[in-house]
Amino acid sequence: MKHYSNEELEQLATTIRKDIISMLEHAGSGHSAGPMGLADIFTALYFSILKHDPKNPDWDERDILVLSNGHCVPVRYAAMAEAGYFNKSELETLRQFGTRLQGHPERTRLPGLETTSGPLGSGLSQAVGMALALRLNKQLHRWVYVVMGDGELDEGNVWEAAMLATKYELHNVIGIIDRNNIQIDGPTEFVLPLEDLRAKWEAFGWHVLEINGNDIDAIIDACAMARAIVEKPVMIIAHTIPGKGVDFMEYDFHWHGVPPNHEQAMKALKELRTLQGKIRSEND
Amino acid sequence: MTSSDLHLTDYMSKDVQMVPIRKGFGEGLLKAGGLDENVVAASADLAESTQVHLFKEAYPDRFFEIGIAEQNLVTVGAGLAAMGKIPFVSSYASFNPGRCWEQIRTTICLNNQPVKLVGSHAGLYTGADGATHQMLEDLALMRVLPNMVVLAPGDSVEAEKATLAIALDKRPCYIRMAREATPVFTTEKTPFVIGKAYVLETGRDLTIVSTGTMTFPALSAAQKLFKDGIDVEVVHVPTIKPFDALTIIQSASKTGAVITIEEGQIIGGLGSAVAEVLAENKPTPMRRMGMKDHFGESGKPTELLEHFGLTDKHIMMTAHELLTSIGKQ
Repeated sequence: MKHYSNEELEQLATTIRKDIISMLEHAGSGHSAGPMGLADIFTALYFSILKHDPKNPDWDERDILVLSNGHCVPVRYAAMAEAGYFNKSELETLRQFGTRLQGHPERTRLPGLETTSGPLGSGLSQAVGMALALRLNKQLHRWVYVVMGDGELDEGNVWEAAMLATKYELHNVIGIIDRNNIQIDGPTEFVLPLEDLRAKWEAFGWHVLEINGNDIDAIIDACAMARAIVEKPVMIIAHTIPGKGVDFMEYDFHWHGVPPNHEQAMKALKELRTLQGKIRSEND
Repeated sequence: MTSSDLHLTDYMSKDVQMVPIRKGFGEGLLKAGGLDENVVAASADLAESTQVHLFKEAYPDRFFEIGIAEQNLVTVGAGLAAMGKIPFVSSYASFNPGRCWEQIRTTICLNNQPVKLVGSHAGLYTGADGATHQMLEDLALMRVLPNMVVLAPGDSVEAEKATLAIALDKRPCYIRMAREATPVFTTEKTPFVIGKAYVLETGRDLTIVSTGTMTFPALSAAQKLFKDGIDVEVVHVPTIKPFDALTIIQSASKTGAVITIEEGQIIGGLGSAVAEVLAENKPTPMRRMGMKDHFGESGKPTELLEHFGLTDKHIMMTAHELLTSIGKQ
């Protein structure tokens, strides 16, 4: 697999953010804040962390990436297109009739998706099932990564899975929580407080790593560390900025479930282009 | 008149064998486990009650105890299936599929993973535990889901065959089972194919369509009605979905009168499936027997079946009423 420099990864993350803005504007519906905040994590996963082959999505040696919070799928589509799973022009079809890029991801429609998700709270338990199967198959060199939203931790199903992963000491599961502190009705701590989140996961028997989820190096390092911990499953609490990269979207929960209109999209793209120029000049 | 090529037991004899349907499932799963190492099983703290313990003892590495967490049970199943396993996930039907319908819809049916859902202790035969544990809505809940195969075997011998069949089937499946021992009317030689209804008795005057535990009282009622001069056809439907519409239409076309009976709600279950098919293809006077939009309660299964009108005697009364109403007697 190609090795990407820091600058290349940062540029890719920004390109993915531009793709997300364009896709959502074109679709006229969808979620903005989550996918933008997750762009660094998905860049790190698809361009550094995951063992995968875009030309052979069913490769039986691949690592598994489960997206539990399916509404954030635009970031996955954009990363997959950049990685070569399909042509970038297909991104424009997001949420349109007949598309493979459904509003929430459907495994049976697009090769490279590992499951169908949208209703929240079921990704970790599927990852646990996958990890159990890989262990039975003696394929412990394959990892199951599962990206979850913080809001979906309200769901009881998540904590059922958390207990089972500990019971079976599934160190081949690596969870990543997108801790952006927002959900549809407001800040997570107003809707249903999650803190002390680290203590909760530790009490459930997980090894917890806490990182800046908008720092690509930190994400890559944390996953490397997670793969080296063999006693327990590992949960990475990745603190991200919702709407990251676009000034008027950042930190604002109102951007959870809405797309940018044309004017907002132009403004956002301009800001992201400026950012790309800045990354280039900083690395010259 | 019994179809001799179906090789049924002498089911009206006093010596008819009584075996719980779930026992046939447990033995079928054990056999399936021996035939394919990808078969795995998981239970939500009810391994012995659902008869998965036979598999667990034979293949401990391929058995997962999930705990009392049915949402996790079925979604872990979806994950196992995603990696090529054939997972049988079992609990009481009240909890699986009762507790975890959305997870089944999204991660198993829409996701099209071949998870095998096992719902034991379905229906009034659950008895003394009462309404909370007497699952009566499972056929309706599962039948409405695209991609789902829905089975309700009639006895333990058929349950074993059904279990082996779904282990080979690539689709999501639900299999319904009762707790108490019920009469065994099929044999090893009796055919079973997913999606097929079986005419166990042929007749001219009336069709009784039955599923699961209600096929035995249907057979019994047919014998008794024959003595009253009514020639009854009994169609046993172990597969609720995909539904064998042709067999039902042919039988209704011949007899012109249909009774359905099931140990569950008449809304959405077998009775609904028959009514839908006949309304569109061969409108036929019919009566639906089953739970009529109410819950059960504690009691012995025999008391409950009597109280809620699900015995051979009640089928006979319904038959006379239906045939009288259409002027056939």
